[in-house]
Amino acid sequence: MELFGIFFAALMINNILLIRFIALCSFFGVSTKIDTSVGMSFAVIFVMTISSAVSWVIFHGILAPFHLEFLRTATFILTIAALVQLEELYLKKMIPALYRAMGIYLPLITTNCAILAVAFLAIDYRFNFLQSMVYSVGVSGGYSLAIVLFAYIRERMALAPIPKWFQGYPIAFITAALMSLAFLGFTGMFGL
Amino acid sequence: MSLWKDLNAGIVKENPVLRLMIGLCPTLAVSNNAINALGMSVAVAFVLICSNWVIAAIRKWTPDEIRIPIFIIVISTFVTISDYIMQAYYPDLYAALGVFVPLIVVNCIILGRAEAFAYRNPVLNSILDGVGMSLGFALALVSIGVIREIAGAGTVFGVQLFNTALAATIMILPPGAFITIGVLMAFLNKMENRVL
Repeated sequence: MELFGIFFAALMINNILLIRFIALCSFFGVSTKIDTSVGMSFAVIFVMTISSAVSWVIFHGILAPFHLEFLRTATFILTIAALVQLEELYLKKMIPALYRAMGIYLPLITTNCAILAVAFLAIDYRFNFLQSMVYSVGVSGGYSLAIVLFAYIRERMALAPIPKWFQGYPIAFITAALMSLAFLGFTGMFGL
Repeated sequence: MSLWKDLNAGIVKENPVLRLMIGLCPTLAVSNNAINALGMSVAVAFVLICSNWVIAAIRKWTPDEIRIPIFIIVISTFVTISDYIMQAYYPDLYAALGVFVPLIVVNCIILGRAEAFAYRNPVLNSILDGVGMSLGFALALVSIGVIREIAGAGTVFGVQLFNTALAATIMILPPGAFITIGVLMAFLNKMENRVL
């Protein structure tokens, strides 16, 4: 039940894009087409799960025992950048189909702040290893849910008659506001 | 004259948030009141100016192939410094800004200016570029913060303007951030059309 709580809170109540406002650049950048948003979602799910496991082990295995917590920012970002490169090489060699599906989104992930944020948040919330894995699956699921829904809406909106000044980004922000309002409705569900 | 141009560019013409659409995450997340917005602006300004300065100073000895990791190390050093200073002296602000303080390290504005400006220009120009970009960021962030605070809580920098019961609480909740920036950008589009 406790793990389900963590998962559901990460997925819906504290949705990383619409409620926590992390990784918004990719939210507006790659959501103009459904295909690209799906590709990005897979890349985020894949990288986030692995990188949060690795950064948890690094923090609790190396940084905390030696009292090097102040190195956390530098360590995490370098670890994640290196890890994305490794994952790219591995996928290219071992699972070429998946590699093609993720395409150019894998390298872009390095600058996706959601990956780094989940590593920090799992430490700040004092999660154990299992909890932090469940948390990162929830967050990446929430990311995918929000960005794919948003891409569906934006594809429809391309044909809609929108006032001249609101075309492009302004209307996208208003749409995001309505989605955010809908997600706000999950607050308090299951007493979370 | 070129120094003045470097300072000026970031404030209006290349305003990072409203024109270049970068650095959105902290803009939306911490702009629920004017004080948080100002605190975040100061932290970003500190990191941006210092990292522009250091990167411009070491640009001649930086090998081209590994410049990005070097930029990241420089930036994360200053982020860690501002993180610890804020934690020690302004614990309330630190609690309000939360994870967004360490996340300054992946703020596109800072790495973007390092790559596009500081790596190619002398120290003084780079510092001024940092000052200009920080002012532009602060301008956008604080104006969104003030709008949301007035509309959502009826206060400005904590000073009561009208009865809180009349305020629209939605403006200080997450959807309010999206609405404010969307309307602000539409307004800028309209103004631009009139001028041109």
